[in-house]
Amino acid sequence: MQRAENPSQARGGGGLFPQARKASRNSMIAAAVISVFLLLLPVPQMLSEAGIVRLPIRFDQAFINAAADTACFTLLALGLNIVVGYAGLLDLGYAAFFAIGTYTYAILASSFFDLHVPFWIMLFVSGLVTALFGVAFGAPTLRLRGDYLAIVTLGFGEIVPIFILNLDQLTAGTNGISGVDKPAIGPVIIGANNDNISFYYLGLALIVLIVFFINRLRDSRLGRAWMAIREDELAAATMGINTTTTKLWAFGLGAALSGFAGTFYGAHLGFASPQQFNFSQSVLILCMVILGGMGNLWGVMLGAAVIYLLQTVVLIQLPTWLGNLGKSTNLDFLISFNENVRLTDYTFFIYGIILVLFMLFRPEGLIASRRRKLELHPESEKISDQERQDLYDVRETNQTDTDVRGSQP
Amino acid sequence: MSDVPATSPATNPARSTSADGAYILSAQAITMRFGGLVAVNSVDFDIPRGSIVSIIGPNGAGKTTFFNTITGLYKPTSGRMLFEGREITGMSPSSITSLGIARTFQNIRLFANMTALENVLVGQHARLRSGVLSSVLRTAAMRAEEARARDKALDILNTVGLSYASEELAKNLPYGAQRRLEIARALGSDPKLLLLDEPTAGMNPFETSDLIQFIRDLRQRLSLSILLIEHDMKVVMGLSERISVLDYGQKIAEGSPAEVRANPRVIEAYLGRAATITG
Repeated sequence: MQRAENPSQARGGGGLFPQARKASRNSMIAAAVISVFLLLLPVPQMLSEAGIVRLPIRFDQAFINAAADTACFTLLALGLNIVVGYAGLLDLGYAAFFAIGTYTYAILASSFFDLHVPFWIMLFVSGLVTALFGVAFGAPTLRLRGDYLAIVTLGFGEIVPIFILNLDQLTAGTNGISGVDKPAIGPVIIGANNDNISFYYLGLALIVLIVFFINRLRDSRLGRAWMAIREDELAAATMGINTTTTKLWAFGLGAALSGFAGTFYGAHLGFASPQQFNFSQSVLILCMVILGGMGNLWGVMLGAAVIYLLQTVVLIQLPTWLGNLGKSTNLDFLISFNENVRLTDYTFFIYGIILVLFMLFRPEGLIASRRRKLELHPESEKISDQERQDLYDVRETNQTDTDVRGSQP
Repeated sequence: MSDVPATSPATNPARSTSADGAYILSAQAITMRFGGLVAVNSVDFDIPRGSIVSIIGPNGAGKTTFFNTITGLYKPTSGRMLFEGREITGMSPSSITSLGIARTFQNIRLFANMTALENVLVGQHARLRSGVLSSVLRTAAMRAEEARARDKALDILNTVGLSYASEELAKNLPYGAQRRLEIARALGSDPKLLLLDEPTAGMNPFETSDLIQFIRDLRQRLSLSILLIEHDMKVVMGLSERISVLDYGQKIAEGSPAEVRANPRVIEAYLGRAATITG
């Protein structure tokens, strides 16, 4: 162990992994602030439940409930980011794997078959099952490129919910499977009596774990191979990368994460139904990845949080907030806005506008990966004109060919 | 041996055995057909170990197609490709790279949005072993391998004169530097045979003569065999020990630079029939 670290230390403290080395003080502080914020997020609810404080705004159960679901969608966005952001494979049917993950848990851990496999084992079982589905689905289709792959995954995303709907014996069809088990640590059941706070923390813990793993994978031989395939598949093959297995890893690992997320989702909701996994769900997750910043872990997580909270909190609550504001300021149009407009009817309209605006003004997403920033804003590129000039100057002074030299003015 | 009828060079057993030793690559009667178009027509071709060999020919003569049959991007319609005496016909591009053949592309195909260093690291892919599990666990062996790979990549970048740009995105590099980065990436895979597809295309005279010297040094230092496709006759004549000329998919001449230059069929292919009659 000690000896293994020596080569990097010998390089003048350069460190092995550039991303880790570049983590500046500022981003360390930002990460610390965000972690503390996320850890303390449920505190107001705890205090109000204990009757210690009365909150001026309704910081109620629904909020932390949404936050726990956000954790689930963050996991999904992280998984899709491997497929779309790293390996560059456009997957429009990602919700299918989410569905398979949720149903794997619901079937094996509910009163439906009276099977009660523990949540912690099911996390890995669902991950494995979805990964197998990912590989089985990927093996014949990953030879397709770009648009063609997108269409096939779109089809897969449609087929899976229909299968679930029709496999009554296994999935209870349209009724869905209810009474799905909650996770338990010994005798303590997480989420008993609608305790969303412990689910929220469970979600956070899963995210930390997954980010840790993905971060390491990205800076490895496999991560580089994914990006090489995204950049130029043919050149990647010529560099000795087995493109088929590399793409299968991306598909399989991405699917495995949706298995994780599905298990968490099933346990949190206590229910699995085919309606939860339609095409719009796939699009929603894809939006999270794109808006957050493809290929950037922090961006993708922020994207998931922003979009999910926009859908479940802001769009539902905003008219009420505006109505209350109208009442206190006597602005009639705000009150009538609250009474007449249901913003949730316009969800996809609003997403559409946001997507268009982002593509026009900030195509790299909320938090751009360094790569995308350089790609889309070349004016900020580091290599200066001076350096370029130096490059050519060196060339000319190296030149010993006298007749060429003589032709210079 | 005696019952081999009408010995073509490809089926001559004597020639096959010599391929094991003296030749690093032997193409035997390689034919590549796309529908009705015969892009490469029964080409026999050898690269002596440690030599610099060029393929020249007019545009559309099948040079790049021939390259692609060597690197496994195309599976030849018929014929055999031997690398160090071992048949590689029909193997996948990645396995062929693992055996020790690396190439550059006529139109630069770098990983544009990866840094120069990452490009060379990807070039080493076939030589690295770390799997998914050891990467996630970041085992001592994996970290040691990554450290070695980075050192080696920086070394290679230094060799091609790009150490100042290791953290730059490939696409932000000037054209000549991109060409050299492609060679650096190919060198990452420790090739025994390096295929360069028009390495000086679009370079100015300074850059070209730099590159000629660089390729010579490279062969010397890494004891490489090099196969070149090139249009710039100054480069071809200055570098190669042997030249093969393709025209309409057929090999029409082969030999030393002086022999090829004097060959009437070559002049005809390049300048037309009238040139040989009047000149």
